[in-house]
Amino acid sequence: MEGLKKVAVAGVIAAALAPLGVLAQQPVKIGFVMFLSGPAASPFGVPAKNAADFVVDELNAGKGPAPYGKVGFGGSKIEMVQIDEAGPTTSVVTEYRNLVQRSNVDLVIGYISSGSCLAIAPVAEELKKFTNFFDCGTPRIFEDASYKYVFRTSPTATMDSVGAAYFVRDTKGKVKSIAGVNQNYAWGQDSWGDFEASMKQIDPGVDVKTSQMPKLFAGQYTAEISSLLGTGADVIHSSFWDGDLEAFILQASPRGLFDKRTVILTTGETAMHKLAAQIPDGTVLGARGPFGPYAPDNAYNRWFAKGFEAKFNAPPNYASYQMAQAILGVKAAWEKAMASNGGKRPTNEQVGAALEHLAFDGPGGHVRMAIGKGHQAIMETAYGMTKNVGGKLTMVNVKRYPAEAVNPPEGVKSTDWIKGGFKK
Amino acid sequence: MSQIGPVLVDGVIYSAWLFIAAVGLTLVYGVMKILNVTHGSFYALGAYAGASLTGAWLAKGYPPMLSYAVLLGGAILVTLVFAPAIERGLLRFMYAKDEVVILLVTYALFLILEDTIKLIWGVNPYFVAEPYALLGSFEVGGLKYPTYNLILVGLALALSAGLAWVLHSTKVGKLLAAVIHDPEMSRALGVNVDRFYLVTFTLGCLLAALGGSFTAPTVSVVPGLGVDVIVLSFAVVVIGGLGSLPGAALGAVIVGLVRSVSVHYLPQVELFVIYSVMALVLAFRPRGLFGLAEPRKI
Amino acid sequence: MRPDRTPATLVAILAALALGGLVLPQWLLFILTIACAQGLVVLGLSLLLRAGLVSFGQALFYCIGAYTAGALSRAFGVSDLLAQMLAGTAAAAAVAFVLGFLLARYRGIFFGLLSLALSMIFYGLIVKSETLGSTDGFNLAKATLLGVRPDEAWVRYAVLLAAACLTLLAALLTHRFLRTPLGRLGPAIKDNEIRVEYMGASVRYAIHVNYVIAAALAGAGGALAATTVGHIDPEMAYWTTSGEFVFIAILAGSGSVIAPFLGALIFGAIHTTAYDLSPNTWQMSMGVALLAAIVFLPDGLWSLFTRLRAAGAGPK
Repeated sequence: MEGLKKVAVAGVIAAALAPLGVLAQQPVKIGFVMFLSGPAASPFGVPAKNAADFVVDELNAGKGPAPYGKVGFGGSKIEMVQIDEAGPTTSVVTEYRNLVQRSNVDLVIGYISSGSCLAIAPVAEELKKFTNFFDCGTPRIFEDASYKYVFRTSPTATMDSVGAAYFVRDTKGKVKSIAGVNQNYAWGQDSWGDFEASMKQIDPGVDVKTSQMPKLFAGQYTAEISSLLGTGADVIHSSFWDGDLEAFILQASPRGLFDKRTVILTTGETAMHKLAAQIPDGTVLGARGPFGPYAPDNAYNRWFAKGFEAKFNAPPNYASYQMAQAILGVKAAWEKAMASNGGKRPTNEQVGAALEHLAFDGPGGHVRMAIGKGHQAIMETAYGMTKNVGGKLTMVNVKRYPAEAVNPPEGVKSTDWIKGGFKK
Repeated sequence: MSQIGPVLVDGVIYSAWLFIAAVGLTLVYGVMKILNVTHGSFYALGAYAGASLTGAWLAKGYPPMLSYAVLLGGAILVTLVFAPAIERGLLRFMYAKDEVVILLVTYALFLILEDTIKLIWGVNPYFVAEPYALLGSFEVGGLKYPTYNLILVGLALALSAGLAWVLHSTKVGKLLAAVIHDPEMSRALGVNVDRFYLVTFTLGCLLAALGGSFTAPTVSVVPGLGVDVIVLSFAVVVIGGLGSLPGAALGAVIVGLVRSVSVHYLPQVELFVIYSVMALVLAFRPRGLFGLAEPRKI
Repeated sequence: MRPDRTPATLVAILAALALGGLVLPQWLLFILTIACAQGLVVLGLSLLLRAGLVSFGQALFYCIGAYTAGALSRAFGVSDLLAQMLAGTAAAAAVAFVLGFLLARYRGIFFGLLSLALSMIFYGLIVKSETLGSTDGFNLAKATLLGVRPDEAWVRYAVLLAAACLTLLAALLTHRFLRTPLGRLGPAIKDNEIRVEYMGASVRYAIHVNYVIAAALAGAGGALAATTVGHIDPEMAYWTTSGEFVFIAILAGSGSVIAPFLGALIFGAIHTTAYDLSPNTWQMSMGVALLAAIVFLPDGLWSLFTRLRAAGAGPK
């Protein structure tokens, strides 16, 4: 009873003091949107949500590595509102509007699907709400339009395909033939299109054996694998992700698809810890940037990867890295805007102006908001091959490509840039 | 260009998988006139139960050859936990309603089960790859296939033979025919129609769960696994004729072979194959290949 | 016969929206506009339901309406809401006129599944068209009303008002149709087709007409949704979208042309509340809500009103 009384008294005091605290430091309310249900929850949504939980907790406790050591954003604690990205675009847009106009968030960080990002960008502009996309890949967002309030602190998907083609050139030399197996929707079509175009730039004589396009979440790939085995291409490209990727590995590996040819899995990093026993040595894995096994050994990565693993008993994957990077980038912009605002809380416009053309560092290394009129990040990327060491996968033969080599320059569309021979 | 051997083998393997995944749906519809959307949920439940139980079995170091029995046991267990409860607790109060309303009831249950699965197993994937590779492999036209695929084909054949035997050669099958034709009359003659419904529904769900648990070793078991299976199995049984067992088999074989041919020779059209076959069949045979006309009531 | 109060009620609702819209929060105006769009589709669906037909492919026409609006915006720079909705209506009706010759022969579950197959084929076609952005879709230019782009602060209100006027018009026309001899055939067809034929009416013709009207309404709804959301993608034709419309139709019940709009609004409210309160288990909340509606309101939400009216009209 005595203990209970103490708690009650403490509660009353806290309640009495609360208004003062609110006056001094109104929290920064951030809306986080990612898949919490459906097939994209497990590989991307939940690892990203976990990253947000970890980073926000650390920042609110003032435990971020310098220069991210200030509590929350510029001394104000962060308050999170998390919602699910699943559902048709109509409901994604409705929920975004609710987030902004009903929950009154100060900023929005989110969106994994490229379709969501394309749809949300003009709405963010209409509502004048600072919105940072953390994961979606399509370059169309800033190539087809320009925005004031919309940013993306992760690189586009172009560099995944271009980087993969460079890696083939640098490790295999001249290859005779390529083949692809990609999901039949925008992501798979674009990934294969960019990879095929890049390979043809590097070697116009390369022979395209087959491009398999099974429907999304098909799950059964017996016939596709037979076709890939039968055509005998030297290099096989796949941008499959998660469930489909894992099913593909489980079905292709026992049939020897990985034995004599090079298989490139552009998002393979999400599966590398789960399927360490099934991914044969020499498989090329991508992580959509310098994330996960390709992350540099810097103070941010040591803080993030160790802390994340300690909290969730699993290493962060690239979606986690992208989320951490998105929060840190916005924090850097917020605090920069606050400094030029005389220490007062910045407006959305000021945060946006501060993030334009900003360069900052995170667990994935150096990030520059260099293209899309300063709204789109570029980073270096890396590819490597798997090697099983004592049951764990490590990456060997790692090749790193600087940001300018795998991203188009300002104002050039990525497809034109690839077809034009990667001119800087 | 691919050889004809692998094209056929791929087609047969896919057909077997389709048949196992879809046959329960046609059974439940044939007897109860329910288009059961929870079929997809039971497929997913079976996959989760199969993967997690077999995973635990292998982790304990028990004999891997028995993992096939664990896959079977997992499907039975999870079906017995959920299916009778759903039929007795909810569906039986709905039989007087429209076919479409019952379909929506099962859709609502499907939504509830989707989140139930997430609450039980979380969102992280389950794998149990061992049973897939355990039996070695065989070769056709120079291509390697895991022997496990033959288990699927065998299971499909055994299921169709077993169901055909029960329906045509046993007393239960004859009584069932009476229940299908006229439930009220059968009841009046002393047939326990309620029990037939309970057993049919449970059996239909068990078949879905079996499909899921025997697919589990070849895939990653993730949330949303059952969604696509619903429409796919609908398509297969509609092509064959709703409620017809030979129809489901024929539908599976047609879809399986057509898909395999398209993957090998014309991968661009794979996306349309199933629905185009379904629309074509329905356009010329409005009740599917083996569908029976309903008596007209004046 | 009781006087027909539906037109007066509809006009009253419009007036209430026009006034209420001045004070309602912006996010609610958006939800109301979406409810208009979805209500239009469901209104068409309920015409078919009256005749005992359930379409699991109504999203086909919703998507055709949306992509017609998108094509106008993208190829010809026409972003006027009225023009887009008219074009969407016409395109959907034209396609339905052709498909109707096939579908009018089907009943029950087969009607539903054939319409599902057709909408999935259309879905596949758009997914394959990389110039249309495949599954990512594309954005529409900002909507104008009779050539004028309203001020940012008023755009939601103006779009809602315009949408509500057009929706009211569509609902009134449908209401008129239901009072024609052809429109009254629906329930009779559901009850017993052979008797309808004995009366000298053509069931197939009646179903064909209903099918085209339903598609036209869905096309109008799709175009409205496209302009309101500002983005279209092939998922608008996916079977889950059709399923959602059937969900709303059953939830709403068919007693009045107003019911679908009420149903769409309540569906939106349940959806957004479930998202808000249980982001991880919103599907379960939706499932429970649907079950509750079927068990406790077997004739849909609208039956609440008819019951109230019946209670009021009873002997005092």
